[in-house]
Amino acid sequence: MLAVAVIAIFAVTLMVGRTFYPPADVIGVILGHDVPGASFTVGTLRLPRAVLAVAAGACFGLSGVTFQTMLRNPLASPDIIGISSGASAAAAFAIVMLSLGGTGVSVFAIVAGLAVAMIVYVLAFKDGVAGTRLILIGIGISAMLDSVTAYVLSQAAQWDLQEATRWLTGSLNGTRWPETVTVLIAAAVLVPVLLAHSRNLAALQLGEDAAAALGARPERTRLVLIVAAVLLISFATAAAGPIAFVAFLSGPIAARLVGPGGSLLVPSACVGALLVLVADLAGQFAFGTRFPVGVITGVLGAPYLIYLIVRTNRVGGSL
Amino acid sequence: MTATSTSAPAAASDSRSRRPRRARGLWLLAVFAVLGGLMVASILIGSRDVDLADVLAALGGGTDGFDQGAVAKRIPRTLLAVITGAALGVSGAVMQGVTRNPLADPGILGINMGASLAVVVGIAYFGLTSASSYIWVAITGAAITAVAVYVIGSLGRGGATPLKLALAGAATAAALASFISGIRLIRGDVGEATLSWQIGGVGGATYASIGQVAPFLVAGFAICLLCARGLNSLALGDDVAAGLGERVAIARGVSSLGAVVLCGAATAVTGPIGFVGLVVPHACRLLVGVDHRWLLPFSAVTGAALLTAADIVGRIAARPSEVAVGIVTALIGAPFFIAIVRRQKVREL
Repeated sequence: MLAVAVIAIFAVTLMVGRTFYPPADVIGVILGHDVPGASFTVGTLRLPRAVLAVAAGACFGLSGVTFQTMLRNPLASPDIIGISSGASAAAAFAIVMLSLGGTGVSVFAIVAGLAVAMIVYVLAFKDGVAGTRLILIGIGISAMLDSVTAYVLSQAAQWDLQEATRWLTGSLNGTRWPETVTVLIAAAVLVPVLLAHSRNLAALQLGEDAAAALGARPERTRLVLIVAAVLLISFATAAAGPIAFVAFLSGPIAARLVGPGGSLLVPSACVGALLVLVADLAGQFAFGTRFPVGVITGVLGAPYLIYLIVRTNRVGGSL
Repeated sequence: MTATSTSAPAAASDSRSRRPRRARGLWLLAVFAVLGGLMVASILIGSRDVDLADVLAALGGGTDGFDQGAVAKRIPRTLLAVITGAALGVSGAVMQGVTRNPLADPGILGINMGASLAVVVGIAYFGLTSASSYIWVAITGAAITAVAVYVIGSLGRGGATPLKLALAGAATAAALASFISGIRLIRGDVGEATLSWQIGGVGGATYASIGQVAPFLVAGFAICLLCARGLNSLALGDDVAAGLGERVAIARGVSSLGAVVLCGAATAVTGPIGFVGLVVPHACRLLVGVDHRWLLPFSAVTGAALLTAADIVGRIAARPSEVAVGIVTALIGAPFFIAIVRRQKVREL
């Protein structure tokens, strides 16, 4: 169902725009035919953008739900525990202070994402890692990193500032094939790893002791999952910027759609892709001016975030 | 569960709270001396080197030349750092007392961000321009956010545990911050005017803005100090406090009001500054113990000293430009926050 919705919206994104192209033209372009007019618009402009939206959204969703399930708390998503903040701070630094672009920024973002995850993990380690402690420490770290970002931005020249702000809000504008392909490759490598460990993830969800009893080695599983999830979100962030709240929202939404039991990984990936596609579409065409996708997800996500805390606190459940 | 989080430090510092008055008095003098030194330093040191003669001339009201002009700007700036630092310190101490939560801080609980958002909305959609109208709007925003975060954080089992409260606050702050940046992107025309509402700073201080915020701060301080005894009872737990004859709901409500007025008004002139309210009360508790009648004035002086020091650091760290004081406090305060989190037992979170 979700997958169908993703494909449907994906198709719509390709067809709709300043000029409309009928399905036949779009399919023609995808199959490699040379369709006059549509080839450039769809093939060069819309297709990479839509593919990146799907890929990045799925990465955000997967990474988010992995953390949320592992730490048994919907608030434990990478955008709250500082990983996105780390990637953002590094990217802002690379753009403003080092005047890097493209690949350089991505490398910085990915390395910083990993480094921050490691720092948070190490700081939270005290006779094993408690989810609650990790979340709070992540909040502290992200407050620090956000202030670094703020400082870097305050030093920025006008042009760099625009570039950095665009990146920091999360935007798919001007997506080209290279960055899209990078994300696709990363996803192709990392998603199987995550899925392979999803059984152990389910065991971890029962609690540390139960997981050990079921034969999952908690610390090792956790480490593999964290590294894979962090890499996923870092690659996606490097390409599209930290699109606000997608990692955070996908898991809980998927949980509500799917209902209890069953793995949330694949549904969350679909929800993430759907969120980014729809938000990007809305950002481009729903208002007079074009907004980057991150503004839309940010403004829509914020109330849901608050609603979610209210609900989690009331029922005391995990997702 | 909530009670356990503070009963440990309370028990540990039981002996400290019986410390003779004179020791506390000496500490208070020492902190005042530090603050005085910092204020002098704050006027002498800046991103521009000024010789002593010009400083003295500027203190006398002279504004000839760049150097005296620079010093003339540093004086209100220093004053603003002192009063907002004091406000944030007391506000944090009261919030930690009211919520019996070692992680409470106007920044972490998102209250400063609420004040900021209220002002940004006011500027963008209701045409607010005067600093005096900011203050009311900011206090209202702070109050709404404080109540909302506390309600959200105390839903469910266990009441307002440190973890739930901190999470509710951090999440609310994140949500509000994304609203602020959303509004700023949508309304590009007010982008310039609202820039300072994302990171707090004291750089734009004027005597006029200090004059406008001063009455609110005085009122806030007065309310908080009057509540000090009530806060002492609250620290023993609601039941004991009620047994001691304290009207728990009223004590809690009034002291929260004081704290909200303080941080709302401070935010109205400086923008959101985090972590001062977190660090200061913890440091002061080590010096004077847990008696709020001592803790609150101490927090005021120490908060003033901390913010002044942070502002000086911000001015000299990145010469010739400046680092906003909100950035400096976050860099100092976040490791402190992490240290507190690490010290807590998991069960108490």
